[in-house]
Amino acid sequence: MSAWMQKQQARTIKPAADKPSEVVTQYRISLYKEPPSGEVCIEEFERFAIDRLRVLKGIEDAKTKGFKGDQFHGLVVQLAEKHLKCLTAEETRWKDAVSHFVLRLAYCRTEELRRWFLQQECELFRSRFKNEMPTSQVDFMKRHNFAYEALAGEEYEALRPDLVKVQESIGSTAFATEIKQSASRDAFFKVPFEQVPDLVASRRVLLRGGWAFVSRQQVASLVVGHFRAGLSHSLAITARRWAATIADEEAERLTPIVLSLSERYLGPDYGDGERRSPQDVVTAAQVPFLAKQSFPLCMQNMYSRLHADAHLKHWGRMQLGLFLKGIGLPLEEALKFWRAEFAPKTTGEKFDKEYAYNVRHNYAKEGKRTDYTPYSCLKIISTPVPKGDAFGCPYVTLSPAELAEQLQALRLPSETVRDAVAKSKGKHYQLACMAVFEGQHTCICDSGINHPNQYYDESRKVLLEQQDAAATVTVPEQKTPSVGTAKAADVSRSLQHTPAADAHAAVTGADA
Amino acid sequence: MSEEQASKRPRTDDPEDGTAMEDDQQDGPAEEHPEERKPVRRSVQDLMRPYYGLKFPYNEFCQWLSYGNDTKLPQADSNFFQRREFCFTLDGDIFVRYQSFKDKEELRRAMSTKLPAKIDIGPVYNVDPQRRKAYTGVAPERGFMPVERELVFDIDLTDYDDVRTCGKEGHICGACWPLMAVAVEIIDAALREDFGFQHILWVFSGRRGIHCWVCDERARKLTDEQRSALAAFLSVYKGTEGGLARLALSTVSASNHPSVERAYRMLSSAWTEHILPQQRLLEDEAAWESVLAYIKDDDVTERLRARWTREQGRPATGDLSVERWADLESEIDKVLESKSTDRARKQVLARAKKEIVFAYAYPRLDVEVSKKMNHLLKAPFCVHPKTGKVCVPMDPSDIWAFSPDAVTTVHDLIEAERDSQDAASADAAMEAAVQTFRRCFLDGMRTASKASLVAKARATEGLAW
Repeated sequence: MSAWMQKQQARTIKPAADKPSEVVTQYRISLYKEPPSGEVCIEEFERFAIDRLRVLKGIEDAKTKGFKGDQFHGLVVQLAEKHLKCLTAEETRWKDAVSHFVLRLAYCRTEELRRWFLQQECELFRSRFKNEMPTSQVDFMKRHNFAYEALAGEEYEALRPDLVKVQESIGSTAFATEIKQSASRDAFFKVPFEQVPDLVASRRVLLRGGWAFVSRQQVASLVVGHFRAGLSHSLAITARRWAATIADEEAERLTPIVLSLSERYLGPDYGDGERRSPQDVVTAAQVPFLAKQSFPLCMQNMYSRLHADAHLKHWGRMQLGLFLKGIGLPLEEALKFWRAEFAPKTTGEKFDKEYAYNVRHNYAKEGKRTDYTPYSCLKIISTPVPKGDAFGCPYVTLSPAELAEQLQALRLPSETVRDAVAKSKGKHYQLACMAVFEGQHTCICDSGINHPNQYYDESRKVLLEQQDAAATVTVPEQKTPSVGTAKAADVSRSLQHTPAADAHAAVTGADA
Repeated sequence: MSEEQASKRPRTDDPEDGTAMEDDQQDGPAEEHPEERKPVRRSVQDLMRPYYGLKFPYNEFCQWLSYGNDTKLPQADSNFFQRREFCFTLDGDIFVRYQSFKDKEELRRAMSTKLPAKIDIGPVYNVDPQRRKAYTGVAPERGFMPVERELVFDIDLTDYDDVRTCGKEGHICGACWPLMAVAVEIIDAALREDFGFQHILWVFSGRRGIHCWVCDERARKLTDEQRSALAAFLSVYKGTEGGLARLALSTVSASNHPSVERAYRMLSSAWTEHILPQQRLLEDEAAWESVLAYIKDDDVTERLRARWTREQGRPATGDLSVERWADLESEIDKVLESKSTDRARKQVLARAKKEIVFAYAYPRLDVEVSKKMNHLLKAPFCVHPKTGKVCVPMDPSDIWAFSPDAVTTVHDLIEAERDSQDAASADAAMEAAVQTFRRCFLDGMRTASKASLVAKARATEGLAW
């Protein structure tokens, strides 16, 4: 990669003439084993990367909108055509390779970024692979020495009834009928189950004695498995090189671009709560108020559960604790907050013994001192929630009736409640959250909700704006304040973080 | 123990892992059997010295964790045992992670002097975990990291609290143990038949749960992603939502994956034989209402409700819950066999019966324990600090004969009068537990480990040529 990097400043884009790298240029899909060799100018470097980001972000959006199966794959292939296609096939492959490697650099730095990139790239690869003709798929597998044993003979006959059942259980009735009627040749490959974790996890393959029987329609999973493993490994290596050398060497030129690329679509990671400006610092005593005003429902729920039970289980402490860190609650205040909330049941001594460690851990003061970032919606939604626990996304975990009840308690307009419940039912959890945001703040939320801290920040921003508006609109002596201004006035009081108010609040907090 | 290693909380590299250690000992007041609390009895902790000194089966324990590397075979890795993490929980809930020991003698010395209330086993690392500090700041793939670890499962009766009628939390009795027994049957069958594992150790966790250690070399080498996939494959129960269990059954077809259907067959026989009658799932109104909630057909539920309310108080000829289950089945079958063309309704009803059985009895895995290599799990032959029971191995092929009430306690072992009948029977019970360990697990494991080392030696010889 370094040879390639050193040529960045060249003004032309062209594949290197001396090395028509087969892997990169001859075929439409690639495992990206070798970085492209050639020259690329810095503007192209960024433009290519942004185009690919459009594809990857489009893939993520299509997933959240619930596209599935062939429709999803079609959409992904279209996206790739739209943003990555150039005039000639050769240029297209070049752009594909360059953009992939640039983003690999941009998205290698944190676990969260790597996971996002890996996930979208795998989807892109899978859709493109599925889009290939069967012959070309086989060709691709041969070229990369993916040799799989075909299931045949007596073994096949013995397993056939169960193979049919698996196909039926996943709804591929046509294929089930086909193998039920005739032992079609080469319908299944026999591979160690370790190679197809996704098919195992979703129970889409028959397992017997450690072998997974992968149908020819599922070979994409096998190939994607290779792709994923390879890319995951490469990302780890790139991350190391980035930290060790590239970031410093390229501080002037590539580093700023790379850093901005990784924020462009994924948004900030809200990990910098402690580095906020002084007026954004939140104290323990302000939390109850802010919770009511600006926390998304997940955090509100956890907070009220914590307050009611004087306890919160481990995951809840992580989720809420990191969120609070993200809104600007410093470590000292966090300790104060948790100690006070736990106080009814837990003595100060016991708290110091058993829980303070976790709080400090969240702030990278213990253990391996990783600066943990607050959880995004994606992470919260995808984490399984044991029954009875307060954490997780309420739009996922609550039944429609419970959800409606909670939302009504927030005094939201009834159409907002209906809308949010319907969206939650339709598994559009983030859209449900967005509807609640809009209902609560009587404004349009055009950015969508991707992160509890983003919800909070947006909420503060909107409330501040409303406060400013109120300040300019309302005259000191209000005659009959409309609902809107009354709310705004209320807001303005709450937004004043004057030291005196803080001190007072801190005292009351300590009393509690 | 160096000072910095002692902390009051489990110290895991990843704080998300801390959960596993919280469950068994820290939450809530422990349920204790009153008859075991005679004032003359010494506390469990007081008995740990003689237990670790005289009773703990170090030989078998260390043979297991050496996987043949304690032999003189040319491929044996003499550092293997030393790279294994042990975590001691000292009296007073002090967790000491990253302990490691050269061999059996060192382990015995440490246990006999530190007297841990609990011992957890972690992964085997690339380097001696006590020397991990030397590897901070180096490149991640050369740094301190786990390289192998048994595939483990943890099933705990507290996770069944919404479907147990006999008690909650720390409670365990003969009426809820069948849930554990059927869990062993189902998971054991899947591990052997589907995944081809052979060296599987089942252990009673000392109070109200069970642990499973899959020790095949292939299982020990699984990546985190593969572990997650395997755990997902085995998780049909996905939590409870709005009072109803979320189940990962096929949504498109009446027939499920063959592995799930096999589980259903096992559940069905345990259901009428043990679970329904012992848990009295249909005996009173509250209980039957939670069952009926799974039948999304007002017509059927109304009829059952009316019938059961009418019959209330009438003496049953057999077991009431079993009889009522038969009522439920026949009401559903009536609709299924009717000439009605309402296919959707029939589908819903056909599924309902299966859903009830899975919701009430399918193993509820604590998947977080299984997903990661560096998750700690309590070692077999530990003594549960609250019950004093030894965490004994169980024979999965005879799991219905296992009774948690009959498990030897450290009191039986240490406090019985010397040369008395009681002492003899306690020693015999402990000996039987070690025998089970050998017979069901260690003997086969040891043969396989040696064979694998011999095969490796051959392979390198081949290369040398």
